[in-house]
Amino acid sequence: MSKTITIDSKMIPFQEGQTIMEAATAAGVYIPHLCHHPEFTPHGSCKLCTVNVNGRGCTACTYPAIDGQEILNETKELNDDRRKITQMLFVEGNHLCPGCEKSGNCQLQAVGYYLNMLDNHFAHFFARRDLDASHPDVLIDRNRCIFCTLCVRASREKDGKDVFAISGRGINKQLVFNSESGQLKDTGLGVNDQAAHICPTGAILIKRTGFTVPIGERRFDHNDIAETGLEQEHSDHG
Amino acid sequence: MKQFIQDLSEKNHHQATRLLQILRAIQSRYHYVPADAIEQLAGLLNKPRTQIISVVEFYSFFHLQPKGQFEILISDSITDHMLGKINLTSYLARQLKVAVGEVREDGIVSLDNTSCTGMCDQGPAGLVNGYALTRLDRARIDVITDLINQQKPLAAWPVELFHIEDNIHKPGLLLKQQINQGAALNVAFKRGLKETLAEIDKSGLRGRGGAGFKTAMKWQFCSEEAQSERYVVCNADEGEPGTFKDRVLLNSFAHQVFEGMTLCAAIIGAQKGFLYLRGEYLYLYDQLQCILDERRKAGLLGIDILGQGLNFDIEICMGAGAYICGEESALIESLEGKPGIPRNRPPYPVTQGYLGKPTVVNNVETFLAAAAIAVNGGDWFASVGTAKSKGTKILSISGDCARPGIYEYPFGTTIETVLMDCGAANVMGVQVGGPSGTFISNQEFDRKLAFEDLATGGSFIIFDESRNILDMVNNFTHFFAHESCGFCTPCRVGTSLLKKQFDKIVEGHGSAGDVAALEELCQVIKGYSHCGLGQTAANPVLTTLERYPELYQDKLKKISYEPGFDLDGALEIARRMANRTDAGAHLTQVGEDHE
Repeated sequence: MSKTITIDSKMIPFQEGQTIMEAATAAGVYIPHLCHHPEFTPHGSCKLCTVNVNGRGCTACTYPAIDGQEILNETKELNDDRRKITQMLFVEGNHLCPGCEKSGNCQLQAVGYYLNMLDNHFAHFFARRDLDASHPDVLIDRNRCIFCTLCVRASREKDGKDVFAISGRGINKQLVFNSESGQLKDTGLGVNDQAAHICPTGAILIKRTGFTVPIGERRFDHNDIAETGLEQEHSDHG
Repeated sequence: MKQFIQDLSEKNHHQATRLLQILRAIQSRYHYVPADAIEQLAGLLNKPRTQIISVVEFYSFFHLQPKGQFEILISDSITDHMLGKINLTSYLARQLKVAVGEVREDGIVSLDNTSCTGMCDQGPAGLVNGYALTRLDRARIDVITDLINQQKPLAAWPVELFHIEDNIHKPGLLLKQQINQGAALNVAFKRGLKETLAEIDKSGLRGRGGAGFKTAMKWQFCSEEAQSERYVVCNADEGEPGTFKDRVLLNSFAHQVFEGMTLCAAIIGAQKGFLYLRGEYLYLYDQLQCILDERRKAGLLGIDILGQGLNFDIEICMGAGAYICGEESALIESLEGKPGIPRNRPPYPVTQGYLGKPTVVNNVETFLAAAAIAVNGGDWFASVGTAKSKGTKILSISGDCARPGIYEYPFGTTIETVLMDCGAANVMGVQVGGPSGTFISNQEFDRKLAFEDLATGGSFIIFDESRNILDMVNNFTHFFAHESCGFCTPCRVGTSLLKKQFDKIVEGHGSAGDVAALEELCQVIKGYSHCGLGQTAANPVLTTLERYPELYQDKLKKISYEPGFDLDGALEIARRMANRTDAGAHLTQVGEDHE
């Protein structure tokens, strides 16, 4: 007999070694997330995928599925708090959606819509963050970085390059590049690297492609992120 | 410099796990970590430069920009504040002619604040080039200023500046009598290791860092792991503000602590142990190395310990200013030469710890107690304490009392008793367990020290009625924001938001609803953070809000709308540019003047 967990009363089978997120995704259940991507080692830092497992909060992308777990995912309480966590990400950086090339393709924005986020709620930090436009094909806007480390993991695990790292501590963290000058152009980053395409926000952009898909026809313009879900992530990057 | 870095790396066998120790040596010599050194190390250690930079930028004691030849740091614990730290620091800044956070123009001296240095019983305290300074006052500051201006090397400074007292005022079961060197190991080998583990189990000993996991169970789990390479780690990263008992244990009871570690190694089958010593306790390093040497010579460490076929040795690794490394998985990351970011759990360290191998991490006091239990038996320990908290707890008592210092009590002792013993009068409340613990008011002094009531790692800070509770909360809340590792969103952003929201209220810019917003923010940080730091970072606000809601409400302006910032302050730049100081160039906050 196969092992199962229940998420919001729905029975979900899983294989030994799967995380709650993996089991949920395979069964077509969406759990909000930003730092998780099925192709990379789970990180567990954004905390959006927090679910209630047998009464206790756990990060679905890192927590193993265990037979008989009763999990709550789509509850008002969890989604209210997920909204606050998303708002935290918005006020920490400088996210100006109307002027961002990624608008409509941005997972941060899409999660905000999904969670019915209507304002930023918290006081803005207005942090001063630098841009790096030195690379011929790739632009980095640190204002939009949410420290998910997907680019760090993609560069290390898929591209074999270690172009990116997150440096600093606490609120003073920043994305740094592996070159003696500290500039992106002097790293080994190539425009076809996975790391250049993995960013869930508009922090890493491919130059001269920003509007090839017009606003109104973008990934999340007509479908919310729960529908497009992980399947889309697979076809985009897999 | 090239040669120095080359030699240093060689001395550390080009091991990236030794990165913190290597960077400590570079910082100590050059007073910063130069970019060239990072480039060279990246090559020697075969690591991306970004990984080295991220370590430098993570730890408070490493700097990418030069600090002074004399790096002075003043402890920012609430207890230092209570002893007049603010005035003293201003005096020091004036005398040295350097602003806080700056390097003097001649590059001789730099001055800054640092989180609690663990000298709360003899503050105000500080560090000079990593070495602890105690009992700072104006006279001492004058002496220090002269020494710095004459550029006297630290070795030539008067020793009394660095004198540190143990201040053991109430020894109990553990502190009254040390075990003889080797006694625990001899008894354990004679009795049998399994039987000795059974004694530790019988003693009911639980981890003394605060979380209280059963020690025997942890050792048992680790010993049952399939992988045979195992590690013992002693957590001496005593960073919780107000805690300093481990400092005293390592100064006067180090043999017994090392013996406890060796006992653990024998039981779980480990060949290697680490003492992770917080950077602030650098002054203990040399004497601890001597004790390890003595133990090697006595056959109590090294190859074939006591002729029983046990091979085990202990290495001392120093931290570099990061409270988060007291969290066991962050400590392990740090031991591996990385930023101290707590790991995802499971797996737990007992199954995958240092280098992914089974690892026992215990507090200094836990190893001390385990060694005594091996000698005296489980019943000896279990005969005192309460049902769920056996034995004694060593407290670090500071704040408003006549005799701050070290006190050992059986679990179950009331707060009242403790306050009487240390000579505290007119007490308003006590912070038990440090900033991450609980504030209790003078209505609750019948409460008991025990895992089932007030669990504590040992910090016990007393506040008398002359103190302002909000000053304490302010200090603690800023502390957590400073020490958050930044890994997860709720803690990274939340602790900084909490600081802002708290400041807004306390500075009088809060309006109706701001206290509710404060509490709501606390709940998100507490409920969703990755590790214990974030989960407890809101405790200072929550525990005081619960007890003194009126303190917060009274700070709110009684108007219906209040801007979230200082209107008049925001005009400062405009005034300066317009060269105006007249009344017309000033604004009051909305509502007050226009009604």
